[in-house]
Amino acid sequence: MELTVTLEINEKKHVLTLDSRTTLLDLLREELHLTGTKKGCDHGQCGTCTILLDGKRVNSCLILAASADQKSITTIEGLSSSNSLHPLQKAFISHDALQCGYCTPGQILSAAGFLNEPWERTTEGIKEGMSGNLCRCGAYPNILTAVQEVLENQKLLNPQKASHS
Amino acid sequence: MTLKINEPKAKESTMAKAVQWIGAPLDRADGELKTTGKARYAADFPLERMVYGVPIVSPAASGSLIKLEVEAAEKLPGVLFILTHENAKKIFPIQNDFGTATKLAEGRFPLQDKKIYYAGQYVGLAAAETLEIAQEAARLIKVICKEERSALDSEEELPYSYFPDNNWGTPLPVIRGNFEKAFSNTEVQLKAVYTTPVEHHNPMEPHACTAVWDGDNLILYESTQWVVGARNVVADALGLPREKVRIISHFVGGGFGCKGFVWPHTLLAAMTAMHLKRPVKVVLSRSQMAAGVGHRPATHQELSIGSSKQGKLTAIKHHTITQTSFLDDFLEAAGGPTQSIYSCPNLLVSYQVVRLNHGTPTFMRAPGECTGLFALESLLDELSYTLNLDPIELRLNNLSDKSPEEELPWSNSHIKECYELGSKIFGWKERNPKPKTMKRKGFLVGLGMATAMFPGVRSPGAAKVKILSDGTAEVLSATQDLGTGTYTTMKQIAAEVLRISPHRIVSKLGDSSYPPAPVSGGSMTSASVGPAVKSAAEKAIEALIHISIKDSSSCLYHLPLEKIHAADGKLVYQDDPSKTEIFEEILKRNNLSHIEGESFVKPDNSAEGYTVQSHGAQFAEVEVHPLLGQIRVTRMVGVFDVGRILNQKTARSQAIGGMIMGIGMALHEKTVYDPRTGRVVTDNLCDYLIPVMADSPAVEADFIDKPDPRFNSLGVRGLGEIGITGVAAATANAVYHATGIRIRDLPITPDKLLKWL
Ligand code: FES
Ligand code: FES
Repeated sequence: MELTVTLEINEKKHVLTLDSRTTLLDLLREELHLTGTKKGCDHGQCGTCTILLDGKRVNSCLILAASADQKSITTIEGLSSSNSLHPLQKAFISHDALQCGYCTPGQILSAAGFLNEPWERTTEGIKEGMSGNLCRCGAYPNILTAVQEVLENQKLLNPQKASHS
Repeated sequence: MTLKINEPKAKESTMAKAVQWIGAPLDRADGELKTTGKARYAADFPLERMVYGVPIVSPAASGSLIKLEVEAAEKLPGVLFILTHENAKKIFPIQNDFGTATKLAEGRFPLQDKKIYYAGQYVGLAAAETLEIAQEAARLIKVICKEERSALDSEEELPYSYFPDNNWGTPLPVIRGNFEKAFSNTEVQLKAVYTTPVEHHNPMEPHACTAVWDGDNLILYESTQWVVGARNVVADALGLPREKVRIISHFVGGGFGCKGFVWPHTLLAAMTAMHLKRPVKVVLSRSQMAAGVGHRPATHQELSIGSSKQGKLTAIKHHTITQTSFLDDFLEAAGGPTQSIYSCPNLLVSYQVVRLNHGTPTFMRAPGECTGLFALESLLDELSYTLNLDPIELRLNNLSDKSPEEELPWSNSHIKECYELGSKIFGWKERNPKPKTMKRKGFLVGLGMATAMFPGVRSPGAAKVKILSDGTAEVLSATQDLGTGTYTTMKQIAAEVLRISPHRIVSKLGDSSYPPAPVSGGSMTSASVGPAVKSAAEKAIEALIHISIKDSSSCLYHLPLEKIHAADGKLVYQDDPSKTEIFEEILKRNNLSHIEGESFVKPDNSAEGYTVQSHGAQFAEVEVHPLLGQIRVTRMVGVFDVGRILNQKTARSQAIGGMIMGIGMALHEKTVYDPRTGRVVTDNLCDYLIPVMADSPAVEADFIDKPDPRFNSLGVRGLGEIGITGVAAATANAVYHATGIRIRDLPITPDKLLKWL
């Protein structure tokens, strides 16, 4: 069955006619060629497809595109502005929080979502809160450091926000 | 540790020691592409009129295919083609051999006959306009098979096993002295059996191939650890001249061995694209990956060890029973480390292999080394308690200046420093040697260690270095970066020779049209491609010098070439450093867009008469819940002697990553097959457990960082695999130290501890 949805993707409005079976992940990758969002399992088990849906992190492989009608989506392509990288992207690079890079867009979007969630801002809190994103290269210690650094800087910028956990 | 790197400054004397780019902890060159989603992997190339292919698999584990019922699928709007054994292109036999870069992962071509060797084997492919339609079509196709008796149980099949007579040319069994005699006469004897399960690589990027025909040229965007191997296999199999096939693998989302050689789905994609004359994309599901892209086979290792009361080894026997498929003679050579680390005059290493109706196993990160070291290093730990010796002391007792295997001196070995530095960082001295004595917040705490090892491997490799007229440079080689840092390290090598900043150099890799390089496996890329990059860069500079001394408008005109060197982006005359010329000026004045050097470097004989091997010392701390048996690795330290380090930052990441994968091996990973159907039960990332961030402790990796100049011109030995090798044993030894319970069967799960706690 075909249907039409309206999505705001990376601040751009898209009106799309699609197969009702299409997942949000396949829509992004195969129709819109936003291939920065990765498919690692297609079953909600790995987190490589993580995007922000209305600001919240979700596994886009578990969401039918049709059910995201009227929602706003941020993918890795839309995370940073044209000229400068998002602080998470910078921190991932400088702490070498990646190797093959396949889990990386998902890790970064997941971390971006995590920053807005009421997790304890401790090592254990980050480790637990980031455990939905698998990394077979084992970049975890560096991902942890990168996320910690961004949190640290946020606290400096916005102490009230960072301290309520 | 952060080391600040400054751009090299022009010095008074150009001969002053310039910045060392090799080893510098530069950020990963592809970091920005990967963190912004711009890095394109095999399934990420948007192409006009793309067709989606979904493989159809056999539900039976053996027997033969009777037919595929395709009518319902064919009727679906949008279905373009159902590839089956009846309409598949005839594939040409190929050499199928590693040495000539034509190795197949599975020694059989798909859809050429009706035989079935394992559940999940491809019996067809549904191709459609969209992924959704192709998936539905594949689901609608009924696969009718005649199933025969399947070999699914190692124990049952043992009577039909075979005894391999060689491992990569080394005759088997390996015999030194007389094990039986020495063992029966020795003072202390220990025997134990260690087992490891089937494991799957499960890289985060599923195997993918996008096949595009352009006339009779074929381009494959392929997720592979070996673009040259894939090019040769695909070209030979399809009967094409090799220059008509191009493999592109700019980014690989992890391989760990399962993308080393061509698997059948690649040929399915190529055949379908040929038939439809449109680009075809095939991406495997996790379940297809569980069946058909290799795994580490299970091992059952019987060890006997004899020692003097003082802890000098007198005799070792290591017999491994492992598994392969009915298609290939794969050997998980778990006895390798036993042969090659400790000196022991009497040794017997042998194998027995059972054939099963499973897919063909393949190399998985440190194949043989990490399974074998789990057994050997656990048994040495057991021996250390029997003898009341510190585990490190026991190991030191049995080291030798010569390799026990070849009886040749080590090309360069710092194994003792690994133990020393490792125990210092880890705090080994704080350990109370008695098991079950250390506690923390209600948990039993255990500290364990193990030796890590990996042989030094190198192969012929080639590279090209171009100096461009804008003052930048390029490194080109048909090698691959699997997350290993190759994009970064190769330009660091070039930078050191060219004497320009690596930020002005671009590495171009992962394309079979570049100068050929070996498989990114066996931890050999740095040692094989690195020397070629160095030599190519030297040739490029040499060529530039030649131009300048022949150029009458150059201040270097007619100067003796041996007195001209590169420094800081310029050629400089040694006797009068005021005579310099910037690279780009020379090129521009001579109307050259670039100048290049190309080099094909084969292993030379400088390491002849030596054994090249990397070693390390690995330490793990665990906490075990005294009632529930829950195990956590809380700390790990690894110190590795892998020759010279090309980039401290990426090297550390790689070693840490290997150690974390080792936690998976020690505590989580196990592939389960349904004993009745032969299908993989753990065919997804929920049932096949790999470490997540919450499982990942504080990990420290350090390097001895001493070059091994006998091995190659860079003195580098490679470190992709050594990080995982000692982890399972160090963890098992730590669990014993915490609980007094010895688990000899991986993974070490709470249920195995519970019955003893
Ligand atoms: S692809 Fe969505 S969670 Fe794995
Ligand atoms: S960087 Fe390779 S999977 Fe995370």
